[in-house]
Amino acid sequence: MVIGPKTKTSILMSSEKKHIALEVKDLSIGYIFKKKKRLVSEGINFSIKKGTLVGLVGSNGIGKSTLLRSLAKMQATLKGTISINSTDLNSISALQLANKLSVVLTEAPASRNLSVLELISLGRQPYTNWVGKLSEMDKKIIKQAIIATETESIIDQKCHELSDGQLQRVMIARALAQDTPLILLDEPSTHLDIYHRAYILKLLKKLAKERGKTILFSTHEIDLAIQLSDKLLVMTSDKVHFNTPENLIEEGCFESLFPKETIHFDHKMKRFVLKD
Amino acid sequence: METSRTYNKYFIILLIILFAAFLMNISLGSVSIPFKEVVSELLGGETSKSSWHFIIIDYRLPKAITAILAGSGLAVAGLLMQTLFRNPLAGPFVLGLSSGASLGVAILILGASVFGGFLGGMLLSSWSLVIASALGSFLVLLAVLSVTFKIKDTMAILIIGLMFGSVTAAVVSVLSYFSDAEQLQQFIFWSFGTLGNVSWEGVLILSLCCLVGIALSFISVKPLNALLLGENYAKSMGLNLKRTTLLIIFATSILAGGITAFAGPIAFVGLAVPHLTRQYFRSSNHLILLPAVLISGAILMLICDTVAQLPFSEYTLPINAITSLLGAPVVIWLLVRKRKLLF
Repeated sequence: MVIGPKTKTSILMSSEKKHIALEVKDLSIGYIFKKKKRLVSEGINFSIKKGTLVGLVGSNGIGKSTLLRSLAKMQATLKGTISINSTDLNSISALQLANKLSVVLTEAPASRNLSVLELISLGRQPYTNWVGKLSEMDKKIIKQAIIATETESIIDQKCHELSDGQLQRVMIARALAQDTPLILLDEPSTHLDIYHRAYILKLLKKLAKERGKTILFSTHEIDLAIQLSDKLLVMTSDKVHFNTPENLIEEGCFESLFPKETIHFDHKMKRFVLKD
Repeated sequence: METSRTYNKYFIILLIILFAAFLMNISLGSVSIPFKEVVSELLGGETSKSSWHFIIIDYRLPKAITAILAGSGLAVAGLLMQTLFRNPLAGPFVLGLSSGASLGVAILILGASVFGGFLGGMLLSSWSLVIASALGSFLVLLAVLSVTFKIKDTMAILIIGLMFGSVTAAVVSVLSYFSDAEQLQQFIFWSFGTLGNVSWEGVLILSLCCLVGIALSFISVKPLNALLLGENYAKSMGLNLKRTTLLIIFATSILAGGITAFAGPIAFVGLAVPHLTRQYFRSSNHLILLPAVLISGAILMLICDTVAQLPFSEYTLPINAITSLLGAPVVIWLLVRKRKLLF
């Protein structure tokens, strides 16, 4: 059989498609309340390759959490498509999705009495039987998640005894135990001091690089996100930009992020500075 | 859920205590029967007095079984509600189930004077009491369930349950205001709660209710564990939240509704036992907590009932008063010691 140029490109495209973990086309997000639509953001397009670390930045109330919730199927979208591994999100059942995507939310676990080990092992729920019995395989994956997040020393502590930084690591360990190729995190570095902020983001970088996880996290730490992320999603009021941090800086994307009277973006230092 | 220790030893100790409490409950009562005679009667032997046979088989044994069923059922219902609503203050009656039962019984007893004479007399058999209270709690349950379909927020459901409770309590007060002293007394006696009026037939129906409720709770062990993380995390792990909520509310209703129908509204067991159990079972895994709460509830109820009998005296105190008298100090002691109530 002779492979014509047309089939060749389609094979190329399909192999390219295979490497796309998350694809969003012409997406509009917002809320429907009593048949009234409230649009938060529209015309969102991006596709994230496997094993990349993507930071999601934008000012307060621009719709970062709404976007993450829409991607995790926790709320309905208004328009457009979201596909995970080239499968439309709407055709994926809740249990199937739990095998593909895990989340780290801003909310603390409801029970403060859970021990760290119990909490992390809950991540295996999509795979266990009706009483949640853990197999040797499950226990191995839990162990790996604990080692990757350096939470060995606190596994017997209760959630209410943990510091914010420790709790965040435990929540990431739970997502790791869920063992999904895609992880979404909503502001994982909030409430942490500069050391722990850097620690968490470096941990995410390591997970993307060494374990091939595709990670999308929202953050207000634009300086750190620029230094660490492979790609950045920048949400502004009129457009959502998606590119490498270097290209976004060249495009002057960060200038339009905040009103210029108070802070401005310094190209050389790659960070925002106060205006005198 | 992985737990770092095993609790087999605890379970064996609990079962021994349960057995001891059961024997103590049967041996003690207003008539003093020697312990040896009680044991020989239970093992199928003869007693020296035939009246002792009737006291043990037809009164004390069904009472003890009712105590075990009521205690374990209410305690499990409390555990389910605390996890479903993620609130340490939740108990089996937060959904307004006991108020619904009270309303049913109040309408039956207090309304008898309104219906008057013949009809009133016919209405007041012991079975009609059970049916009225079951119907009352079932109607409140239906109302709560229909709300559950519309509202996603469990806190809102909790508040709506409390509101149902207030409304039914108000209707009961209005009814009491217009009724005769005699009927009012009868209603108040029902609301004291009693374990001793249940026949063997009643015990059978009650066991059936408890069996269904407890079986549904065991089916829900995994979803209950997921709910410990909160609704959003539970959903992200593939949990069908609506089905789980319905299942848990149904299990609670059949437990609390059935028990209230037979034994009257019994306070505190549902709230206090799960917290007590968490003191020595330091796990949040419902696969461990559920059987632990089941046995602890039965033990507590047997002890409360033994105290309520005031052994060797003719008097029997209201069981509802005893559970509160024992339960409230325990919860206060817990709060003072730990300074917070975690679930």
